Amino acid sequence: MIQFAASEFLPALPEIFLAAAALALLILGVFQGDKSAREIAWLSVAALVVTFALVAMPLHARGTDRLVSFYGLFITDGFGAFSKMLVIAGSAFSIILSMRYNEQEGIARPEYPVLILLATTGMLLMISSNDLISLYVSFELQSLALYVCAAFQRDSLRSTEAGLKYFVLGALASGMLLYGSSMVYGFAGSTSFDTLSHAFQDGGTVSIGLIIGIVLIAVGLAFKSSAVPFHMWTPDVYEGAPTPVTAFFSVAPKIAALALFVRVMIGPFGGLGAEWQQVIWFISVASMLLGAFAAINQTNIKRLMAYSSIGHVGYALIGLASNSAGGIRGILVYLSIYLFMSVGTFAVILCMRRQGKLVEGIADLAGLSRTNPGMALALAIFMFSMAGIPPLAGFFAKLYIFLAAIDAHLYALAIIGVLSSVVGAFYYLRIVKLMYFDEPAEPFDRPVPREVQAVMLVSALVVLFFFVWPTMLVDGADAVAAALFAG
Amino acid sequence: MQNWPLLTLVTFLPLVGVVAMLILRGATEDIARNARWIALWTSLVDLFIALAIWFLFDPTTADFQFVEQAAWLPQFNISYQMGIDGISLFFVVLSAFLTPICVVASWGSVKNRVREYMIAFLVLETLMIGMFCALDFVLFYMFFEGVLIPMFLIIGIWGGPRRVYAAFKFFLYTLLGSVLMLLAILAIYFQTGSTDMVEALNFDFPAHLQTWLWLAFFASFAVKVPMWPVHTWLPDAHVEAPTAGSVILAGVLLKMGGYGFLRFSLPMFPEASAMFTPLVYTLSIVAIIYTSLVALVQQDMKKLIAYSSVAHMGIVTLGVFTLTSEGIQGAMFQMLSHGVVSAALFLCVGVVYDRLHTREIARYGGLAQNMPKYAFVFMVFMLASVGLPGTAGFVGEFLTLMGAFQANTWVAFFASTGLILGAAYMLYLYRRVVFGVITRDDVRAMLDLNWREVVVFVPMLAVVMWMGIYPNTFLKPMQPTISNLIESVQSSRETGHALAGHFRDHRTVRSVAFDAAVSGRQP
Repeated sequence: MIQFAASEFLPALPEIFLAAAALALLILGVFQGDKSAREIAWLSVAALVVTFALVAMPLHARGTDRLVSFYGLFITDGFGAFSKMLVIAGSAFSIILSMRYNEQEGIARPEYPVLILLATTGMLLMISSNDLISLYVSFELQSLALYVCAAFQRDSLRSTEAGLKYFVLGALASGMLLYGSSMVYGFAGSTSFDTLSHAFQDGGTVSIGLIIGIVLIAVGLAFKSSAVPFHMWTPDVYEGAPTPVTAFFSVAPKIAALALFVRVMIGPFGGLGAEWQQVIWFISVASMLLGAFAAINQTNIKRLMAYSSIGHVGYALIGLASNSAGGIRGILVYLSIYLFMSVGTFAVILCMRRQGKLVEGIADLAGLSRTNPGMALALAIFMFSMAGIPPLAGFFAKLYIFLAAIDAHLYALAIIGVLSSVVGAFYYLRIVKLMYFDEPAEPFDRPVPREVQAVMLVSALVVLFFFVWPTMLVDGADAVAAALFAG
Repeated sequence: MQNWPLLTLVTFLPLVGVVAMLILRGATEDIARNARWIALWTSLVDLFIALAIWFLFDPTTADFQFVEQAAWLPQFNISYQMGIDGISLFFVVLSAFLTPICVVASWGSVKNRVREYMIAFLVLETLMIGMFCALDFVLFYMFFEGVLIPMFLIIGIWGGPRRVYAAFKFFLYTLLGSVLMLLAILAIYFQTGSTDMVEALNFDFPAHLQTWLWLAFFASFAVKVPMWPVHTWLPDAHVEAPTAGSVILAGVLLKMGGYGFLRFSLPMFPEASAMFTPLVYTLSIVAIIYTSLVALVQQDMKKLIAYSSVAHMGIVTLGVFTLTSEGIQGAMFQMLSHGVVSAALFLCVGVVYDRLHTREIARYGGLAQNMPKYAFVFMVFMLASVGLPGTAGFVGEFLTLMGAFQANTWVAFFASTGLILGAAYMLYLYRRVVFGVITRDDVRAMLDLNWREVVVFVPMLAVVMWMGIYPNTFLKPMQPTISNLIESVQSSRETGHALAGHFRDHRTVRSVAFDAAVSGRQP
């Protein structure tokens, strides 16, 4: 009989708390009915805040130490804590953004925030997984919650279609991941990351079956982080899903998937860098190029954001391709800044409403600088930042990524990266052009919900003034990335 | 006063005006009026500080002065570091000089979204001055590329009919060049271990790396200057930008390229610079002759002056790469004089554009009869652009050609040809616009300069004449820096390869010739 001591549970306290909170809130919601949706949403945000604190406190107290528990299935370290904090922040922001929207669309149910909490629990477990089995289980936990989220507006054809599409393709990706895991187990004889990492420590000759296994795992992860060539679902799902869900998809699951990508590649397969680096290289280049070129002709802002997020994943993966502490630091800085840019942009998209009806055309933004100067300024800040123009935060995100690429002598990757960022700048500028250069279209509905306004303001301030004091974030990312490689 | 953070003050003071404008409340007209005054006073105070810096500047040393340093990203050795030397000093003054002029020039002609317009110009001023003061690569790059945002908005919001096209072209062209420079900066960082410019300036880069880094920097600066064949964004941007936008574009933004060549390309990559000098010569000469010919057939006044800018900047790049004391001083002087003269010419176009709302040369004619003051002002600046002795334009061209003659006779020959063409198109423009008989009623009804336009032109006239009559005021502070630059480039070339010996022999001769030239011109 397996015996657990309290010290075994303690590292997983944030996840345990979050799961318990989600279930408690579910019960509360069922008893109180749909009218309690807003209350449950705020309670969910509170639960996320507590979880955030539970993640942050040990990081603060113990530093970036590695701690393995649950018989090697579960790992807590600085890298995990950092990524978890980003995921939790992303989830909390998306719940805040969803409240008013769900009420207006008549889908305000207490299940929605609970689903997000469950998905978040899955993501946190995913980031902490230290074994192919725990990886797969947590991967599925978050995926199933996400499928339901995508189809949450169940009376809408587009939303249900998005949910189904996501489910079918997601199941395929899970299958790939599982198949890859079984191949790795078959050829290496273990599912434990620690054992695998030990076995591959000094590279050496690797059997082709193992390589296929690793590639299949990478496929599953690339699918989840919507990297090319496994991105096909992204534009459709982003467009079809309710906008707050799209906002959620663009941050939390993406950050979690990329963190897991890092965890798997650097952890168990760290010694085989030479084998997988070229795969990541290709995925990264393809994502950047597709994200830049395919977005040019989009007319729907949610589709545009989908392609933009594909491009951003490409940039973040440069960090992984360089397979160094600097690269991981770059990814973490990139994802932190991306979180604010993306959440802020979606806050603006959620305000695009005329006579109570949501509009999603890029052209609907025309002349926003006259009808709502504050919102136009915020969106302009996000767009310039996404294009990577200094002194905005997006520039620093790219700076650290390219720093790592140059350090790892990935010159071609860096050059393709900066050139595709110029192409990408074109469509970000197009939005600024519509807002500032064109004649105003009909104004959007007022007033903008206060909580959405607050999210917009906070994100805009972070993005605009990041350059004043970048040290804290960069130092933190630096420390945990270094620890990941030392451990 | 040396201990005051004067450079930080001069850089960020305009942002104080921006904050003041942001909190303005009230009726649209009140906001517009207050925004104009705030912008004017902020930029005037900033100009005063810039002049104080010039006054306190020690012209006898080549070191960086007014240096300020603060930790920014300490673990990467990236710091907030500001300082100026003889090369950057005048660009700071030039930027601070042109901004109030832009504010006054837009006083009546910009009517919608005045507050946003003034904010854009003050932000632009901060970024321009910061760029010339920055002594850290990352800081420099932030200012260098940050300039794109306000300029994009200025062209796109307050520009002419094809403003969207022009704004995008300007933005993307420049961005394409500068992202490659960013990679080069990162590569330098891994060589030297910090982004400190002073450290990089004293660092010996391996020869093969120099080539690549030089090319990456070249991509950025060549677009900014702009050199042929990447100049095509400039005519579009100039034609569509509002008058004050053109003034800043021609006056300061083009100088960023020339400044970059002088500050980075030459001293950091001396061997690569030597290797690519023929390329720069060729492109410069093509720019000088080809764009002069193109300017000759333009129907649009702004476009004509835009092409003349490309030709004049060709002289600058030529002068920089002669690597002679005269050539570089000439290039520096040419940049400063072009900064004032071409800015003034765009303002001259703006004066008639405000009255008739067309820039087509053929629509005008005979302005000398009803606008004598305007005709006089336009004539002075036109002649300065041609390079008439006694005006600012002459000194720069003369020194540059002198440098070019010593470097390569044929280069000098072709460059001089361009100057003749320059006289041709400018005089032709002037004849068509100012002389002749008035045939149209609307032209006859045009009023001469109003007092506000006079206020704009008088300081510019004074500066142009001052630079032409007593250039030593400007040449003296830059001399130590430039001779230091040349020395360091030559010494590293000597260690690099044996051929470099002949540079030094020429230099002594040239200095004598130069001193004679300058002293002969003093009254």
